[in-house]
Amino acid sequence: MEGTLSTPRRLSAWQKLRWLIRGKGAQRSQALWAYAFLSLSVLGLLIFTILPIVGAFGLSFVQWTLLSPPKWAGLSNFQRLLSDKYFWNALKNTFYYVAGVMPAIVISLFLAVLLNQKLKFTTTYRVLYYLPTITMWTAIALVWKWLYSPQYGLVNWALGLIGINGPSWLSDPHWAMPAQIFTSWWKGAGYNMVILLAGLQGIPQIYYEAASIDGANWWQRFRHVTLPLLTPTIYFVVVMTFIGSFGVFSQIYIMTEGGPGQATTTIIYYLYSNAFKYFKIGYADVLAIAFFVVVFAFTLIQTQLQKRWVHYT
Amino acid sequence: MPAATRDPYQRVSQAMSRTVIHLILLGGATTMVVPFVWMLSSSLKTNLEVFHIPPTLIPTVPQWHNYVEIFKVVPYGRWFLNSAFIAIVQTVLYLFVASLAGFTFARMRFPGRELIFTLYLATLMVPGEVTLIPKFILMKELHLIDTFAAVILPGVFNAYGVFLLRQFFMTLPESLEESAILDGASYFRIYWNIILPLAGPGLATLSLFSFMGAWNDFLWPLIVINSENMKPLSVGLASFHGLYETNWPYLMAASTVALIPIIVVFATAQKYFVRGIALTGLKEG
Repeated sequence: MEGTLSTPRRLSAWQKLRWLIRGKGAQRSQALWAYAFLSLSVLGLLIFTILPIVGAFGLSFVQWTLLSPPKWAGLSNFQRLLSDKYFWNALKNTFYYVAGVMPAIVISLFLAVLLNQKLKFTTTYRVLYYLPTITMWTAIALVWKWLYSPQYGLVNWALGLIGINGPSWLSDPHWAMPAQIFTSWWKGAGYNMVILLAGLQGIPQIYYEAASIDGANWWQRFRHVTLPLLTPTIYFVVVMTFIGSFGVFSQIYIMTEGGPGQATTTIIYYLYSNAFKYFKIGYADVLAIAFFVVVFAFTLIQTQLQKRWVHYT
Repeated sequence: MPAATRDPYQRVSQAMSRTVIHLILLGGATTMVVPFVWMLSSSLKTNLEVFHIPPTLIPTVPQWHNYVEIFKVVPYGRWFLNSAFIAIVQTVLYLFVASLAGFTFARMRFPGRELIFTLYLATLMVPGEVTLIPKFILMKELHLIDTFAAVILPGVFNAYGVFLLRQFFMTLPESLEESAILDGASYFRIYWNIILPLAGPGLATLSLFSFMGAWNDFLWPLIVINSENMKPLSVGLASFHGLYETNWPYLMAASTVALIPIIVVFATAQKYFVRGIALTGLKEG
């Protein structure tokens, strides 16, 4: 455990001073005060975070409808999970959604690079791109449901102008998920852009000057200076985007309710349905465990893979 | 970019590339803004005009009363106040709990500090969705279902704020407290009178994240709130949508009002937002 944290080991000047003046008693009093200060936070963390984490594992072994007391179910919830075609479908849909959302990182990177030029109005652009990310998903999902309206929506009207007969997006099983993905692009592009922009601004100017002296053109500078030095930020963005989009729920709930059919039922939407529509608490909890396993596995794989492509200076 | 503007050829090519970049950025910005304009425009139309093809940008007669109606047909005002109450109370409690714990981890020495802090960090590895059901059961057992406490409490003890403020406090010079120690000030006074007043930017960043998170949160209040009068705006909007499925002017007016507080908060505290992302987002890399 030692050494993995960035807590300062050394004693600060005033701590040394207290130590010298008051000796052992002061050290003890400091520790007691520290425990008193932490007690509220630790108690809250235990009750509202750690207990539920333990509970998440415990509940996966019971059968419970909330109406009668829970029954021990052994591994039957897990067995059911493996043979539940709706679960596999939801998992597939979620991966489809995530795979669709991840490429938006390239758009965010592109925008960040453009905004990193010394141009006028960059603050205005940044605020406009950022606007969708700070807004409430429920409201945004309603707006997009209306935009995607097959007959009266703006999307199909605009497509009509260039001679394309747009599909009935949200009620078409083939187009519902792409429509959800595009909405996520629109809403999320600004968030990753700001993170990547902060990363870009952390690259020392001197590298670019050196590259210019060597006669590198803009593409070579981007490819051999910007991109390698930005990999820690890109890595962070990839992991956070995966975790965030794997838990997609609000927009599904408002825009398609998991449909048409099961076309947009994602893991968390399926979990919500099981727990709060069908009251299958134990089974829904197993879905939460499955969710955790996938997210955890992805993060683990990424932390291994990053050694190959992430450059730390 | 080091610019060698003496060469006329290069000056023209630079001006051209600047124009292209502006055109691309402008196109992107338009894509970002159009849905908001459409929302605003639809919110001011009659339930007839909203279905016109081709769509009108400026409503023929702006229906301002749509914004009054939404407060009458559903308890919109109540939802709005619920959201404001939840977001403010959660933020104030979160700031207090997180800053006191953050101060303790950053500035005090006690046995078990590393271990307890590691535990805090470990909880951040578990996404909130995983504990949704046990947290719901917990609230049920505590008889807190359908109360604001159920909505507020889990967010107050999030370890993220402790982590963020600890990182921030550690950037403050320790010499600040030396004289206070010599004067025999208590630890609580050091926290309250010396550290907190200097932690403005860190606290602003956290309160911004907390307020926006609480205002926009949907899944958790959807689960723990049942009665119409207790719903926050996000959940209220969803049930409004269920009731008035095709009344787009009403739905768009309701959505517009829901976005206003966040846009105002963001406009006033924009710099803390970018700063917060830079402070936390990149530390993990």
